[in-house]
Amino acid sequence: MTAIPVIARPARRAGTRRSRERAAWGFVAPSLIAIGLFFAIPVFSALLLSLTDFDIYALADIGNVRFVGLQNYERLLGNPLFWTAMKNTGLFAVIGVPLSIITSLGAAVILNARVVKWRPIWRVMFFAPYVTTLVATAVLWNYLLHTRYGIINWAISSLGLPAVDWLGQPSTSIPAILMFVVWKIFGYNMLIFLAVLQTVPDDLYEAARIDGAGPWKQFKHVTLPAIAPTLLLVSIISVAGFFQLFAEPYVMTQGGPAQSTVTVLYFMYEEGFKWWNLGSASAVAFVLFLCILAVTLVQLAVAKKMGAYE
Amino acid sequence: MIEARLDRRATLGLLAGAAASGLAGCGRRDDGTTRLSFWAMGNEATNVPQILPEFERLNPGITVNVQALPWTAAHSKLLTAYAGDSLPDLSQVGNTWVSEMAAIGAISPTPAFAADLLTDQFPAVLETNRIGGQVVGTPWYVDTRLIYYRSDMLERAGFDAVPQTWAGWKAAMHAVKRVAGPGTYAVLLPVNEFEQLLTFGLQGAEPLLRDRDTRGNFSSASFIAALEFYKSLFDEGLAPVASSTQISNVWTEFERGWFSFYFSGPWTIGEFRSRLKPETRWMTSGVPGPAGPGASAPGGSSLVVYRHSPHQEAAWKLVRFLSDPAVQARFNGITGNLPARESAWATPAVADDPYIAAFKGQLSRAKAVPKVPEWERIVTEMQIVAERMVRGEYTPRAAAAEIDRRADRLLEKRRWMIEQGRAT
Repeated sequence: MTAIPVIARPARRAGTRRSRERAAWGFVAPSLIAIGLFFAIPVFSALLLSLTDFDIYALADIGNVRFVGLQNYERLLGNPLFWTAMKNTGLFAVIGVPLSIITSLGAAVILNARVVKWRPIWRVMFFAPYVTTLVATAVLWNYLLHTRYGIINWAISSLGLPAVDWLGQPSTSIPAILMFVVWKIFGYNMLIFLAVLQTVPDDLYEAARIDGAGPWKQFKHVTLPAIAPTLLLVSIISVAGFFQLFAEPYVMTQGGPAQSTVTVLYFMYEEGFKWWNLGSASAVAFVLFLCILAVTLVQLAVAKKMGAYE
Repeated sequence: MIEARLDRRATLGLLAGAAASGLAGCGRRDDGTTRLSFWAMGNEATNVPQILPEFERLNPGITVNVQALPWTAAHSKLLTAYAGDSLPDLSQVGNTWVSEMAAIGAISPTPAFAADLLTDQFPAVLETNRIGGQVVGTPWYVDTRLIYYRSDMLERAGFDAVPQTWAGWKAAMHAVKRVAGPGTYAVLLPVNEFEQLLTFGLQGAEPLLRDRDTRGNFSSASFIAALEFYKSLFDEGLAPVASSTQISNVWTEFERGWFSFYFSGPWTIGEFRSRLKPETRWMTSGVPGPAGPGASAPGGSSLVVYRHSPHQEAAWKLVRFLSDPAVQARFNGITGNLPARESAWATPAVADDPYIAAFKGQLSRAKAVPKVPEWERIVTEMQIVAERMVRGEYTPRAAAAEIDRRADRLLEKRRWMIEQGRAT
């Protein structure tokens, strides 16, 4: 009688481990299947598509598809409009990412301060643009930016400055769209910053105050180190977001004036759905993917050097 | 805990039941009515519902559901609908898109019982709708571009009409520029629009593509002559090197005499009527050619019935109704669109309009552009090269060779298709 449990125990333990493993797989299986079905397979087929000349003829008969190797990539790199799109996207990201982070961090710090009253109302007001429909707000901003009837030009000309043709001139179209994008997204980043700011212990600020640190020194030596990992996360998300800018120029300028707001994604849309060259549009998608990956790796390396994470 | 779970299940069950009954509620009533879905664009979509009640009265048992598409999104919407097998029964299609929709096999060719709809039409417009020997679209309304000019300026310069040859027209432009004063130009040719150069190119004797439309033919003597003429207008200070986005208000500049000749289609008649001051005198004229009245490209929209539609007969009834000359004349009164049927031009409203008269002549001289799906992209590239030529990067001959090179690359797939016997 005593021998049975002795033999049975290790067997049961092994069985438990196996069944635990099975259960674990069971729990992750739904996500894995979803990732495989909706991410891995489409990405892999897009990669295959980018090596073919899938076009309008192929839409009529799949037999008209030819394997063309890297020709799509080669032509892409020789296309001046693609480089214009890259330059525009780079401009959007280089100006837009710092601008949106500064705005959202500023708003978060102000809202986190004890002196501000009606904080929930401010939070809702700042977050509201993020949850409203993009197209509706873009149309609204088109009116705000209107050369003759827009409220922004009304404010400018009441200061005695000449009116600006915001969306009609290549030099002002990117700043105009940036204003809109920053207004639209800063509420989301602000919420992340607010959450992390509330985790910074008050005694740290108190100690800093006792050591004679002013508000700027407190911000620099207490707040910034405490939120550094979040700052990194927000900057990675923002870079990826700005690289994928599409709907804003699509609704507000259609890529114009003089192709000054054609972004990489807008270029891909035109290639794919205006000219129906899905092969070369997939190639654009892959180049964009590689760009975002490269920038993210650089960001991670810089952050590691600065000690934002281990 | 258990209660909560039961509650959740009950709720889910209720939701599922509600969804199922909702779906059942959406099911189609089968009352013998044929519901046609008809996609239209822009101005036509806004106004066509006004004339449809009469069609529904004449054809009991058929109702028409008009879906409006904006022009800017219509092209991609049609192709995506084809890919997703959700095309309507029939739609309006821009004339230049017909070859594309036919190449993918989306359109039903005109059946024998509707062949009479193809009579009483402008030949060049009909030709645009003929793909591989079969007519696939029925012209609905037509347009083409011609010249709007300041008749008062031309009079002051000593001309009573626009001379109909390139050389004579250029002399008139120089004279008008002298009258208008320093800092002005004679003609507006936006460097980002291909229509003007395409018009000059079409006027030549040689076709724009060769070898069964598989290679560019832009190095032909007649196209190089068009490029030279186009470039000379900029070089001699008759046209500003400006894109259309740089000119914020065409009407004001036309009124001020910054330019006195303007290239556009019939929609500009309404704009000029409402925007220009009454004392500004203007008129329309046919486009001058190298040696006499020249051609231009036919535009407008056709009606096409899609192959997959189960309501072919009803759809063709609607095409027949919209092609009726009387209905087209009425539609002209509502929209200002020029009717496709030539007999509809005889109605007083159309015939008595002094600005429309020149369009009739221009349409009879219209010349169809090559009908290949790549065409729109070829002319876009043509204009990119032409703009660089105007800015001094190419000579006309080098520009022609560059356009040919780009066109040949765009047509590479088509050459392969024809070699394989996969296209005609």
